[in-house]
Amino acid sequence: MTTRFISRSSLAFAVALTSSFVIPHSSLSAADWLQFRGPNGTGISSETKAPGPQMKVAWTAELPGRGLSSPIVVGDKVFVTCASGPEQQSLHVFCFDAKSGKTIWERALRATGRTMTQSKTCVAAPTPCSDGKLVFAQYSSNDLFAFDLDGNLQWLRGLTYDYSNASNSLGMAQSLSVIGGTLVVQSENDSESFAAGIDTATGVNKWKIDRPKAANWTSALHLNSGSKQLVTLQSSKGILCLEPDSGKEVWNYADGASTIPSSAVNDGVLYAVSHGITALQPDGNSVSQLWRNEKLNPGTASPLVIGDSIFVVNSAGVLIKASTKNGDEAWKLRLKGPFSGSPVAAGQYIYIAGERGDFQVVDSTAKDGAVVATVELKETILSTPAISNGAVYVRSDGKLWKLE
Amino acid sequence: MKACHLFALSLLGLVSIAHADLSSSIEKLRAVDREGKGNAEATAAWKEIAKSDAGALTQILAGMNGANPLAENWLRVAAGVVAEKAAKGNGISVDSLVAFLQDTKNAPAPRVLAFDLIRKSKPEESEKLAMSLLGDPSSELRRYPVTKLIEEAEAALSAGKKDAAGDTYQKALVAARDEDQIKSIAKKLRELDRTVDLPKHFGFLMRWQLIAPFTNVERKGFDEVFPPEKEVNLTASYPGKGGDAKWVPFESKDDYGMIDFNKPFTMLKEVTGYAYTEFNSAEARDAQIRIGCKNGWKVWLNGELLFARDEYHRGMKLDQYKLPCHLKAGRNRILVKCCQNEQTESWTVEWQFQLRICDATGTAIAEAK
Repeated sequence: MTTRFISRSSLAFAVALTSSFVIPHSSLSAADWLQFRGPNGTGISSETKAPGPQMKVAWTAELPGRGLSSPIVVGDKVFVTCASGPEQQSLHVFCFDAKSGKTIWERALRATGRTMTQSKTCVAAPTPCSDGKLVFAQYSSNDLFAFDLDGNLQWLRGLTYDYSNASNSLGMAQSLSVIGGTLVVQSENDSESFAAGIDTATGVNKWKIDRPKAANWTSALHLNSGSKQLVTLQSSKGILCLEPDSGKEVWNYADGASTIPSSAVNDGVLYAVSHGITALQPDGNSVSQLWRNEKLNPGTASPLVIGDSIFVVNSAGVLIKASTKNGDEAWKLRLKGPFSGSPVAAGQYIYIAGERGDFQVVDSTAKDGAVVATVELKETILSTPAISNGAVYVRSDGKLWKLE
Repeated sequence: MKACHLFALSLLGLVSIAHADLSSSIEKLRAVDREGKGNAEATAAWKEIAKSDAGALTQILAGMNGANPLAENWLRVAAGVVAEKAAKGNGISVDSLVAFLQDTKNAPAPRVLAFDLIRKSKPEESEKLAMSLLGDPSSELRRYPVTKLIEEAEAALSAGKKDAAGDTYQKALVAARDEDQIKSIAKKLRELDRTVDLPKHFGFLMRWQLIAPFTNVERKGFDEVFPPEKEVNLTASYPGKGGDAKWVPFESKDDYGMIDFNKPFTMLKEVTGYAYTEFNSAEARDAQIRIGCKNGWKVWLNGELLFARDEYHRGMKLDQYKLPCHLKAGRNRILVKCCQNEQTESWTVEWQFQLRICDATGTAIAEAK
């Protein structure tokens, strides 16, 4: 029998690719929060101006549709995605003024892929990212858009339009990551599962690799290796480390990993969500295990590393502090959960929003930990906050808040 | 005067050049295709289009006619930027947009966008237009007038006017294409003791011949070619998993046309089944086969594979997959392969699908008698 509807057109033209694309330092600021869990996906703010413990709502902006993607911040602009309509087929990108919360621009496009998701999640689940010049937004429908900071459309892709079985009926949530001139995109699912490196200038594939045929909601991490930045992709099979520009494998940890919380990285060590937490030390083309603590089990939230401590939120909503040297537990602190979003931190303070709308500030240095402030936002919050310029941004389905 | 004429002529020249350039730019956006093809050229073309004034909106919208969904999005954003700019300036004259909307030869996507632009610019104009869209070829444009009818019916019901409410709900149901609206209307109509034939409304195929169980151990049955894929012989039986596989008739009694293999074959695991039916089309025409299924599945129309999907138990919904197809006049043969996997959790029991035939807007295509 003949086949139709699944055909793919071949790449019609080749684009000369630079081997590396260095972003001018002037275009980026330490206050920028450019992707899911901020700088390199660590969840740790790199700016000196930390928000501190006491917070109040500076402004609130209304959103016209659902979303659990995180806000990102570039300079004085805050970018948020959401999806509206009975089938969440309208895909929005919003740019807000960080100071006032006023809309600077909004763009609305249509889903070209499937918009079906499980009811708790939604189409605007993946967090956008930026290289400081362009904003890249992806959705569960596998639509991918690139805008400049002024809202000019640079390019777009429909990854399910391209690869017709790349979808997950539960919904996809893997967030984008950009390294140099490569946008790392994951569309990992039970059927046509892949990851790709996409040229940020043209939206054309630099590379595309098959990934394990299994639903996966984890996001890529950046890993410094000498002068190079590498990218790690996590899946049920383990963690694969790649060169972002070529997609070439650097090393592969094959002992399995979670498909919901992403791992954490700090100071060249990868704290893999694998059999609890497994600390991995990459060394050239290999990786070795430093320690493993099977009792450190993250729930949905991804772990966070601050200095010599790793923080894990388990499925009971308990924040656990452990040593990055050996995985030994230091203390446990019950928070107001449950949690879908992940913790982020600036200085000694951890910021996390519970599903019931309790935005909590934890002093990570207090003996046995301490919740030092709670802001009741009174809405369901499933997202991870963003930190920028002494403020924290968090969103629900209908709102974006600036807390400072 | 002469200088003025020259200036005017040069302006006309500029205008005509601008139009020519816009056409060329629109063509560049229409040329985008899979895997980023045409993106590089489209970036510059988009900027040119986005500089246009509101007078170019209908040209941009017309550019969406016949465009692929990627090109539609390029043009949609450009139209949005032009409209946003105009809204901050002299506003938009909606007359040309109304004319574009009312011309049903234009494609649904740009007509929906035209309606959105009218609604944002002159809400009172969109209110006036709304009820004229009740029977619109675009299912999306029907949503708002159906909402208005539902509200009208609710008001009648609150006032104790049951007959009027029932008539209005009935009118709303005929027009409705969105599942959530149809569900709520059907519920109200049944509460009012009105008859509702949802399978007919949706165009579900209710009568099938089923055969099972073939193997799907290690999910290998999905790719294995079992006899029904080579030939549909409803009197034949074949060696199956744990016994012979035989064809049995099955008629769905479900409002949403569920074809449940578990009913005739019991709750088996690691098995493959097939369903066969025929659809008599009054004419040769384009159509869509829409399927909802949480098992691995394949669909063939007249021997041609339309699509195959090897995802198990991640959820199921109406119109989960929309498969463009072409019906021939007369008898059309439809074969569905439905694979059950090895999972044992309670939420992995289902071994079923629902399938309907409709046009691209979701309107059921009635079977010829």
